[in-house]
Amino acid sequence: MNNKATPRILGLMAQFDNPAALLEAAQKVRDAGYKKFDCHSPFPIHGMDRAMGLKRSSLGWLVGVAALAGTSGALALQWWSSSVAYPLVISGKPFFSFQAYVPVTFALGVLLSAFTALVGMLAFNGLPRLHHPVFYSDNFARTSNDAFFISIEADDPLFEIEKTSAFLTSTGGKNKEVLKEE
Amino acid sequence: MKIDRETYRLIDNGKIGSIALTIGLMGLVAGTVGFIIDREQFFHAYLTAFIFWLSLSLGGLFFTMLHHIVGARWSVVLRRISENIMAVMPLMALLAVPLLFGLGDLYHWSHEDIIAGNKLLQGKAAYLNTTFFIIRMVGYFIIWLVLSRLLYQVSLRQDKGHQVSLTRKMRLISAPGIILFAVTFTFASFDWLMSLDAHWYSTIFGVYVFSGSLLGMLALMTIIAVTWRKNHILDKDITVEHYHDLGKLMFAFTIFWGYMAFSQYFLIWYGNIPEETLWFLHRWENSWKIVSLVIVFGHFVIPFFLLFPQVTKRRPGMLLFISLWLLLMHWLDLYWLVLPTLHPHGVHFSWLDPATMLGTGGLFIWYLGRRTAAVPLLPTGDPHLETSKHFINH
Repeated sequence: MNNKATPRILGLMAQFDNPAALLEAAQKVRDAGYKKFDCHSPFPIHGMDRAMGLKRSSLGWLVGVAALAGTSGALALQWWSSSVAYPLVISGKPFFSFQAYVPVTFALGVLLSAFTALVGMLAFNGLPRLHHPVFYSDNFARTSNDAFFISIEADDPLFEIEKTSAFLTSTGGKNKEVLKEE
Repeated sequence: MKIDRETYRLIDNGKIGSIALTIGLMGLVAGTVGFIIDREQFFHAYLTAFIFWLSLSLGGLFFTMLHHIVGARWSVVLRRISENIMAVMPLMALLAVPLLFGLGDLYHWSHEDIIAGNKLLQGKAAYLNTTFFIIRMVGYFIIWLVLSRLLYQVSLRQDKGHQVSLTRKMRLISAPGIILFAVTFTFASFDWLMSLDAHWYSTIFGVYVFSGSLLGMLALMTIIAVTWRKNHILDKDITVEHYHDLGKLMFAFTIFWGYMAFSQYFLIWYGNIPEETLWFLHRWENSWKIVSLVIVFGHFVIPFFLLFPQVTKRRPGMLLFISLWLLLMHWLDLYWLVLPTLHPHGVHFSWLDPATMLGTGGLFIWYLGRRTAAVPLLPTGDPHLETSKHFINH
């Protein structure tokens, strides 16, 4: 238990002057092969996804499956309840009147899709998350105001404290900080 | 086709204009022959063709006004296309004149003797009578002409300088304009299409016609942009990102059209009142049933799945194909609205259907080509032009 003597290193963080510098640095970090890194900015930056080498989210496929499940489930439920379990004649229409089922089918499809999109988005983002190594930095609060950061996490296979630190300097990073457990 | 990269104007307009004019005039001659041979068939075919091209022009007017009201930036590079489409309005007003001679052939409520023996039509006579019909028709066109003319002029004035105040002015015209548009469009579709069967009524009818019209306009806009792209015109300005958004809009309006079409059918199916169901019954009889099914699948199901994946929306060539298909379906939709009143027991295809279509269409494309050649292809004075050029989807 020597945690207090040498606190565990969780990552490195460097500050950049402006969005353009951040974008350029993100490309270099990507090209160097780092995977577990993130860029922090007060506002969204055009082209950042590509600069960071992020792939297109597969959330769409998940939502697609949910939509299919919703529509087919709703259709099956209405078919079963009104033509198998409780066949009632309503205003002289056939037991299986698909026209009457459309609104519920549509609504359940939308409902399941919307829930899946929300929950899936949170899950893919690793949210809700109560803590993150960057929170150990006092400087980091400025990311919601006027500062731009890149953080590289220590569990990245390429992470070596001296090399990574020198690399961040070479990309134009300033005010480097080692993120440590307190 | 070639473009001057400084002024964004076409130097060489290509041959499309003269070909379209030739086809248009030939179609008109053929139409005149048809008018002499078979008046009823001619006017029904002519009404379908006229409404098809007019609806595209009105779609252009709506898109332009919507663009101004929401302060859209992505669509600035596409705005001149929709403006040119709406600027065809004077031609459409001229093409409306022949309809005045066909009221008796098109609308049974225009016959005094039929009204005399029909209680329902007597009740509607205060609205459905020839004089008021013509007054309304003139009124619609005055509103559409004034709106499109004003917006077009202000937009061209902005090309000369970069005046932000003109952007505000166009927004000021568009806000009341879009309300006037909604009212006039609804009543115009009631007058010209719904009153073909004056016993029948559907309050959603105007929105139904509108949804198909805007979809058709978006398709036409895409066709124009892709044609330019193939000739290396504005291919750096109208990028894949803009096509992606056009694809998304077409996808949205495919769904919107389906939603409206089903809503109209659904309530009538539920209520099951003979007065209302008869309209659908005619369209479900004999060969009309096939047309109805083709519309359900061709206008909704197929484009829905074609436009569903991202990959089709980001390929201009693919979008061109889908747009042509959607325009064909928009025509079939109008054909399905108009012709069953003339041939209630089955499709009766006439040579006048394509002839009037090519006649009015040739003139429409010729006029559109002339407008396009006379102005810069981009709204060069728009403050958001650069933003639009570099627009990226997220």
